[in-house]
Amino acid sequence: MTKTQSLWNHGVKIGAIGGVSVLTISLIGMVQMFGKRFIVADFLPMGVAIALILTILTAYLAAKKTSIPDKSIQLANSVISGLMTAGVLSMLVIIGRSIKLRTVFVEASPQLYNILTGGIQGAGGIIFLLGVGLLCGVFAGILILLNDLWRKLIVNALATVFVLGLLQELIMPILKAWDLGVTNYIAELFYAMNGLTPMGAILAMIIFSIIYLSWYANREKIKKGYGDLPKETQKKTKYLGLLILAIILIVLPQVLGLFLSEVLTIVGLYVLLGLGLNIVVGYAGLLDLGYVAFFAIGSYVVALLTSPQIFDFGLNFWQALPIAVICGVLAGVILGIPVLKMRGDYLAIATLGFGEIIRILVLSDFLKPWLGGAQGIGSIPNPNFFGFHMVKPQHIYYLLLAGCILVVFISLRLKNSRLGRAWMAMREDEDVAQAMGINLVATKLLAFATGAGFSALSGAIFASKIGSVYPHSFNVFISINVVAIVIIGGMGSLPGVVIGAAVLMGLPELLREFAEYRMFVYGVALVVMMLLRPEGLLPEQRHKMALHDEPETEAKTAA
Amino acid sequence: MAMLELKNVHAHYGKIHALKDISITVNKGEIVTLIGGNGAGKSTTLKTISGTLRPSAGQIFLNGEDLGKYPAHEIVTLGIVQVPEGRRVFGQLTVMENLDLGAFTSKDKKRDAATVEKIFHMFPRLAERSKQLAGTLSGGEQQMLAMGRALMADPKILLLDEPSMGLAPVLVDSVFATIKTLHAQGVTILLVEQNARMALKTASRGYVIQTGKVILEDDAKKLLENEMVKKAYMGD
Ligand SMILES: Nc1ncnc2c1ncn2[C@@H]1O[C@H](COP(=O)(O)OP(=O)(O)OP(=O)(O)O)[C@@H](O)[C@H]1O
Ligand SMILES: [Mg+2]
Repeated sequence: MTKTQSLWNHGVKIGAIGGVSVLTISLIGMVQMFGKRFIVADFLPMGVAIALILTILTAYLAAKKTSIPDKSIQLANSVISGLMTAGVLSMLVIIGRSIKLRTVFVEASPQLYNILTGGIQGAGGIIFLLGVGLLCGVFAGILILLNDLWRKLIVNALATVFVLGLLQELIMPILKAWDLGVTNYIAELFYAMNGLTPMGAILAMIIFSIIYLSWYANREKIKKGYGDLPKETQKKTKYLGLLILAIILIVLPQVLGLFLSEVLTIVGLYVLLGLGLNIVVGYAGLLDLGYVAFFAIGSYVVALLTSPQIFDFGLNFWQALPIAVICGVLAGVILGIPVLKMRGDYLAIATLGFGEIIRILVLSDFLKPWLGGAQGIGSIPNPNFFGFHMVKPQHIYYLLLAGCILVVFISLRLKNSRLGRAWMAMREDEDVAQAMGINLVATKLLAFATGAGFSALSGAIFASKIGSVYPHSFNVFISINVVAIVIIGGMGSLPGVVIGAAVLMGLPELLREFAEYRMFVYGVALVVMMLLRPEGLLPEQRHKMALHDEPETEAKTAA
Repeated sequence: MAMLELKNVHAHYGKIHALKDISITVNKGEIVTLIGGNGAGKSTTLKTISGTLRPSAGQIFLNGEDLGKYPAHEIVTLGIVQVPEGRRVFGQLTVMENLDLGAFTSKDKKRDAATVEKIFHMFPRLAERSKQLAGTLSGGEQQMLAMGRALMADPKILLLDEPSMGLAPVLVDSVFATIKTLHAQGVTILLVEQNARMALKTASRGYVIQTGKVILEDDAKKLLENEMVKKAYMGD
C-alpha cells in the first residue's frame, strides 16, 4: 500500500498543486478576463492558454520529480497530475453549478464554468474537462519521454506562438506601418483582428522549427566557424550587430505609433531607474527600498525650476536637468550618511522609511508654499531642443534613449573600474574589503550617489514628459517595481535591467486587462523566478555560475 | 626597536571588555605566536591591529609610529595585512578577482603581476582554478587563496588568524611550511593558533592569552616545555 502510494505520490500531490493554481486564477477572474484576448483567434483565449500551461507544467514537474526512472511510471504520474488538476476544477464546476458560489467568489460565474467545460452542460462538460486534463497529462508525459532536442523544439515552438499572439498589438502596427504589399500580406496572413490566425500559428511553428533545427544541426559549425574567424572580422560582426540594434532603436518610435511609443517611454524611464538601482543593489549590494525618493527629487527640482507656478525661475529643461541630477546626487549622499553602518534587512527598512518621508514632506501642508502640497506643480514646459518642442512621446523617447545610452556607458565603465571592484568586494564582505584598503564610507556613498543621480535623471525627464508632478506619483510601488526589475532581470546585469523593465513595465501596458492583476502576477513571477531562476532572466555571468552547477567550468578545470 | 608594538591595549564590544591591557611586541623578521582558548581575545587583538576595531585605550605602534591616526582602510598600505579567521574569501568572485582585490591599494601593476606569478608558483592549485568562483574551492584551497590574497598587498607584517583551522593534518603541515617559506622571504609574522604545538614549533616567541589578558610570554621553546601550556593547550 505505502509502496504504491509513493509511486503515484508526485502525480497526486503536484497535480493538486496545479489544480489549486488553476482554481485560484479562475476564482480571481483571470481566466475570464483573459478570455477576451485570443492567442489564436476565436480558438485559444489567453486565459485558457494560461490554465493549460499551468496544467502541463505541473504534470511535467510531477513526472520529472518521480524518482523512479521507469518511463511508464513517469508517464502515469504526469497523466495522474493532469487528471488531478482537471479533477479539482471539475469539483468547482459541479459545486458551482449546484449551489451559488458567487456570494463568496464573485468570479465563480456560469461563464467561467462554460470556459472550463468547453460550453457543454451536465456530465458531458465534466468529461470534457477531465479529457482536457488527461490530454495535458499525456502531452507533458510525452515531453518527458522525448529527448532534449525535440522537447526544446516543441516547447519553444509553442512559446513562439504564445509570444506572437501576446504581442499582436506590438507587432501588427510595426508590420502595417511600412504599408508595403509584402508586409501587409504577412500581417494579414498571421494576424486576425483578435490574435493569430490558425494558419499563422501553424506557420509560426513551422518557421520556428526550421530555423531551430537548421541552427541545431549546424551549431557546432557555426560556433566553431565564428571562433575561427579572424579577430578583426569577429569585431566587425559585433559592431555590425550594434549598428543594427542602434538602427532598430532609432526607427522604433517611427513605426510604433503614439500609444506604443508612450509605452516605450514608460519602459525607458524604468530602464533608467533600474540602471541606477542596479549600481546600488547589483554592484554594491546595498538593498535600497526608498529609491523613489531620488526620482521624486529629480522631478520636483525640474518642476520648481521650469514651471512658472510657484517660483517662476524661468529656467528651461536643459538648464534644470543638470541641477536636478546634482540635487539627486547630493540627496543620495545625505540619505546615505545615516545608514552607513547598516546592512541587509536593516538598510532596506531604513531606506524604505526615507522614501516615504520624502513623499510625505512633499505632500505636507507645511511645505505647501514651496512644493505645492497635494495639488503638486503643473505647467512644466516640455523640453525644447534647439527650438524644437519635444511634445510627443516619440520625442521624449529619444531623450530617454540618449539618457539610457549615457547611463549604460557610465555603468559599464564603472563596473570595470577600481570603484567597481571596490563595490564588488564590499558587496561580498565589508570587513575584509576594509582590511584590504577599501574606504567603506566613500565607496558606499559613491554607490548611493551614483544610483541617486541616475534616478534623478529619470525623474527630471518624467516631470517634463507629463508636465506636472504630484506627491502620489512617487509612492513606494515605484521603488518596489524597480527592485523587481533589477531582481527579475538579473542583479548586476545591464541587459537584464532592460529586459526586466520591458517585461515588468511594458507587458502590463500592452495587456491592459492585466492592470488589476499586476501585483498578483508580480508576486507570482518573483516567487517562481526565485525558485527556478534565482539569477534572473539575463544574469551576470558570475551569478549563473554560483547558483547552478556549471558542468562546463568543472570540465575546464578538470582538463 | 620593535616593528609592531601593542602598548596596554584595551578593546570593547559594547559593554564586553574583550582585551584587558594587552602588551605585545613583534620584532622585524620574527614569527611570534598568540595562543589561547576560545574567546580569549586572539582575533580581537588582530582586529585592533588591522584597525577594523579601535582600541578603547592603549596604543599600537608600527616602527614607532602610532597607528591611531590612520583610518582602517589605510593601515594595509603601511604593510600590515591580515588573513582573517575562517578565510573569508570573496565567494562570488573568481580566484583571480580575489587576488586582484588583495592588491587593491597597489599602484604598481607590474609588481602585482609578478606577485600573482609567485603565488601561483607557491600554490599551483590556485593557478589551475584561477577562473573558478572562490566559494566553490575546498577549505584548503580557500586557505591558500586567503593567504595569496594577503600576499598581494605586499605585507611587511602578516597577521594570520588560525590558518590551520579545519584542515586535514597533511594540509596543516603544508600551511605551516608556507608560513616558514614566507618568513624566509623576509615577512614578519604574527600567528594566532589553536594548534599550540605546531605554532610554538614554528615561532620564535609566543604569548598566551586568556580572557583578554596576556598570562604568559616567553621563547617558543620554553613555552613548549611549560607544564601549564602543555596541560591547557596541548592536551597533555
Ligand atoms: N563582534 C563581536 N561582538 C561582541 N562580542 C564579540 C565580538 N567578537 C568577539 N566578541 C567577544 O570577544 C571575546 C573575544 O573574542 P575573539 O573572537 O577575540 O576570541 P578568539 O580568541 O579569537 O577565540 P577563537 O579561538 O574561538 O576564535 C569573546 O568573548 C567574544 O564573545
Ligand atoms: Mg578567533
